[in-house]
Amino acid sequence: MIADIFFYIFSVVLLLSAAIVVSARNPVHSVLFLILAFFNAAALFLIAGAEFLAFVLLIVYVGAVAVLFMFVVMMLDVNFAELRSGFQRYLPVGATVGAILLAELLGLEAGWQIAPEASTLRLSPAPSGVQNTVALGQLIYTDYIFLFQAAGIILLVAMIGAIVLTLRDRKTMRYQDIRVQNTRRPADTLALVRMGLGSGVKPESYYRPHIPEPAGFVEEPHGHGPAGPGGH
Amino acid sequence: MHVGLAHYLTVAAILLVLGVFGIFLNRKNIIIIFMSIELILLAVNLNLIAFSAALSDLAGQVFAMFVLTVAAAEAAIGLAILVVYFRNRGSIQVEDVSLMKG
Repeated sequence: MIADIFFYIFSVVLLLSAAIVVSARNPVHSVLFLILAFFNAAALFLIAGAEFLAFVLLIVYVGAVAVLFMFVVMMLDVNFAELRSGFQRYLPVGATVGAILLAELLGLEAGWQIAPEASTLRLSPAPSGVQNTVALGQLIYTDYIFLFQAAGIILLVAMIGAIVLTLRDRKTMRYQDIRVQNTRRPADTLALVRMGLGSGVKPESYYRPHIPEPAGFVEEPHGHGPAGPGGH
Repeated sequence: MHVGLAHYLTVAAILLVLGVFGIFLNRKNIIIIFMSIELILLAVNLNLIAFSAALSDLAGQVFAMFVLTVAAAEAAIGLAILVVYFRNRGSIQVEDVSLMKG
C-alpha cells in the first residue's frame, strides 16, 4: 500500500520533470530537471525490485551523464533564446505526433495480456532467496559474459573517441620533450652576466628560454594605459 | 488500486511520448534533443524493468543494463561531437549541420 502511494508520487514527479525538461526556457533548468527525473526513475526501479539498476542509474546518469550535460551547456557560449525560435511553430505538429503515439501505446497496452506459457519461456528466471545484485552478478558473469565484455568495449571506444575528438594539438602547448631535456648543456641555459657598477639589473640581462609566441594571439587592449598590471 | 505492470507501462509510455515531443519542440537546440533521447531511453529501461519484475525474469534487467551502457556512451560521444562542432562553427544550430549533404 505504501509502495503504491510512493509509486504514484514518484511517477507524477517523474513525468512533470520530464515535461519541464523538454519545455524549459533555460537549458540549465532542463539539465537540473533531468537529474530530478533520473532520481524519480531510480525510485521507480527500486519499487519494481531492481535495486542494482536503480543505483547504477543514479551513479551513471546523475553522476556522469547529467554532469556532462551541465558542463557542455555551461561551457558553450550559445544564444539559447535564438535556438528557441520556432518553438511555437513546431508545437502543433509535435503535439499531434505525440498524441497519436500515446494513443497507440495506450491502446496496445489496454489489450496487453501476458501469455499463460510465458513463465515457461523465461530466459533466466530470478532465483529465489537471493538479492537482486547477487542474482544479477551471477548472471552477467556467466550467461551474459560476452555481452558484458562487449559493453566494456563499447565504453572503451566511447572514451577513446571522446578524447580523440576533443583533444586539440595546439602549438602553444608545451609538452615534455625528453630528447631536448637530455641534450641540454649548461652553456645553453646558463649565462653569466657581469654587472657594471650602479647599472642595475635590466630585464634583458637575464637569460630567458625562447618561448614561441602563440599563433594568432592578440593582446587585448585593457584601456589601462602604460600602468600595466597594476590597473586591475 | 494495486500497482502492477500496466501502471509501469503507462508511465513509460507517457515518458517516451514526452521525449518524442521534446525532439519535435526543440528542433534547433541539439542539447535538449540529446536530453529527450535520454528520456526515451529511460522509458525503454522502465519498460524492461517492469516486464522483468512482472515475469520475474532477470534477462530484462541485464538488457536494461546494456541499454544504460550504450546510452552513456552515446551521450559522451554526442556531446564530444557537439563541442568539436561548436569549436569549428561557433554555433550549434541543427540546421547548419548539412555541410556533408553533398
